[in-house]
Amino acid sequence: MASLNDYLLVSGLLFAIGLAGVVLRRSIIVMFMCLELMLSAANLSLVAFSRFHPAANGLPDMHGQMLVFFVITVAAAEVAVGLAIIVALYRARQTIHTDELTTLQG
Amino acid sequence: MPSPLFWLFATLMLIGGIAVISFRNPVASAMSVVACFVGLAGLFIGLSTFFVGVIQILVYTGAVMVLFIFIIMLLDLKNEEKRNSKYAPIAAGLGLVVLFTVQLVGVLSKSPNPEAPPLDRATLAAAAGDYLTDGKIASSLNAGQLPDVHLIGHMLFTQYNFPLQIIGVLLLVATIGVVVLSKKPAE
Repeated sequence: MASLNDYLLVSGLLFAIGLAGVVLRRSIIVMFMCLELMLSAANLSLVAFSRFHPAANGLPDMHGQMLVFFVITVAAAEVAVGLAIIVALYRARQTIHTDELTTLQG
Repeated sequence: MPSPLFWLFATLMLIGGIAVISFRNPVASAMSVVACFVGLAGLFIGLSTFFVGVIQILVYTGAVMVLFIFIIMLLDLKNEEKRNSKYAPIAAGLGLVVLFTVQLVGVLSKSPNPEAPPLDRATLAAAAGDYLTDGKIASSLNAGQLPDVHLIGHMLFTQYNFPLQIIGVLLLVATIGVVVLSKKPAE
């Protein structure tokens, strides 16, 4: 069985990969996928804590898993709204590259 | 010592994650996200949270990534052509990752590193007293199985009943919002 720090290290690395993707990539749709990676990395650490710090009765702490459940639900809603915004953006500008979307740059 | 399955799923997840940001084709990126999430679901199941592992596959790889691929098809995205890439964002991204990893390793090397508490027959049977004696949860616990779904359902509809209803309203708002957003504006 892996120890808590193994899971936290893997989860942190996944978060770092997602962060790098958001900074590096120019396509909004790939940046959005990287946001999903970061959310899932946070889920992994929540589940690891729920398993390694059991509740008073010795079972895994279900509160952590409840938070993961709600995070997954909110992420699904967020993806639906975000992709609708991307479609509307593409309709208005015919591009989803961040290099060409500089109206708000000032 | 971590088990081989932990390494298998962790490397699948991390290689999938790196593939997401290195492919130029958005469809290939979406497929790598799927691989990454399958590895993540394996890690969840290794932590004996079967329900979360299953909804990770059902919701993320089954619904969310299909939606992504659908949108990529709808927008007819081409490969990101080679532009004269600026070095500042690449340096910033890699620098952020290196800083984050160094800090993570620093914190983890100083923090306590507990092994997983046992989930054997004795622990499960001892916890059965907290639930209704002839209920499904208590009988599975006495039989030495972790009734993961039943425990989550029990908590969801007792302690977390109000947040559950709020999340229902959130999903309704998201549905209406998507319909309004994707309607063609009236001429």
